[in-house]
Amino acid sequence: MERLDGPPLTARRAGLVACTQCTRVQRPAKNCERCAAPLHAREYMGLQRVWAWLTVGLLLYIPANTYPMLLTSTLGSTSASTILGGVVELVQYGSYFIALIVFVASVAIPVMKFAVIAYLALSLKQMVPISAHQRLVLFEVVEFIGRWSMIDVFVVAILSALVQLGFVATVNPGPAAACFALSVVFTMLSAQSFDPRLIWDASEETPEK
Amino acid sequence: MSTPTQFDDAALRDLIACPRCDLLHRSHRVADGCVGRCKRCHTPLIMPRAQAIPRIIALSLTVLILLVGALYFPFLELNAGGFSNSASLLDAATAFNHGLLIPLSGAVAAFMVLLPAVRVASLVYALVPLLFHQPPARYSAYALRLANRLRPWAMAEIFIIGVVVALVKIVDLADVTPGPAFWAFSVMVIILVLNDTYMCRWTLWNALTARR
Ligand SMILES: [Zn+2]
Ligand SMILES: [Zn+2]
Repeated sequence: MERLDGPPLTARRAGLVACTQCTRVQRPAKNCERCAAPLHAREYMGLQRVWAWLTVGLLLYIPANTYPMLLTSTLGSTSASTILGGVVELVQYGSYFIALIVFVASVAIPVMKFAVIAYLALSLKQMVPISAHQRLVLFEVVEFIGRWSMIDVFVVAILSALVQLGFVATVNPGPAAACFALSVVFTMLSAQSFDPRLIWDASEETPEK
Repeated sequence: MSTPTQFDDAALRDLIACPRCDLLHRSHRVADGCVGRCKRCHTPLIMPRAQAIPRIIALSLTVLILLVGALYFPFLELNAGGFSNSASLLDAATAFNHGLLIPLSGAVAAFMVLLPAVRVASLVYALVPLLFHQPPARYSAYALRLANRLRPWAMAEIFIIGVVVALVKIVDLADVTPGPAFWAFSVMVIILVLNDTYMCRWTLWNALTARR
């Protein structure tokens, strides 16, 4: 790639708009001339969606942790386990590695995601100590790993489909599965609504050394 | 500061803006297998691969065939104390079959089977005419855009990791035998991941619009 001369010349500064779907650079219009996707120089309205989706995702994460994820019945006795309860059970079985995977996917990633998205959104208005580069890395991490939280929902789906041995053993999904899946979907939507180009606009006004 | 009139139509075609930081670059030819990155944030902008279009089509068709097989054959079989139960992929998708959890079944089925299938099918639809040097099919731009948009929502690779976690959870309690569908689905996931390495939006969109 060849950088154009002068201060950072962005598409917006040149009076142009880049399509986020097909990458075509063009003059401002309502829709992309190539793929017909809606064109925005910046997703300013997106920031409101970021907060809206994030709030719903965070609210749903509470019942996802308090309600049972799995209802297990063996020989007539039924037990319910929450997300954290399932991790503890795995540790007791000695499956430390799998316990770690489930803990990271269902607890560490979601909590980190809420914090990072909120931080990034706030950083557009407030001065923050970390550079635009580092914030972009944070955004890409969240965007990349957010979907992996869905692992636990799939685990519940497979166990419930497979362990159906009548009186001997049955596993059924608990209400937390739906709350958790929705929480993951809403935080994914929140991350997708965030326009990373906004990070750089602020840093151009106060140039980095 | 530049003015909007700085670039004429031909110069516009040459420009590429970074999707992450909006910095404008003048595009130039990038060798197959190499990556052209944004000068400011290092986001990959152009990453052409040799024979990308025929490979994407071939891999996508393979995915569709494997998926049909994965749906048809038994996925996992469970044996415990003389009892046995076998589950297909669709059983796993429809495991949430009580009350409020029913919509979740639809979502799980979409994430693991439907969206990956729609994604590769729209890639095939958009790209096959280019392979035979024909003009693009109607709505091919929509198809390519759809394939791009669905990328984060097609979760076949996450599902297969979920299967492994589930197997470890019950391996002490019961014998679980993976069926043919399990292997078909695993291979499909590997091919899907491989397929994504050939996806360069810049190259695909230019190929699609070059013949307009
Ligand atoms: Zn476009
Ligand atoms: Zn950039």
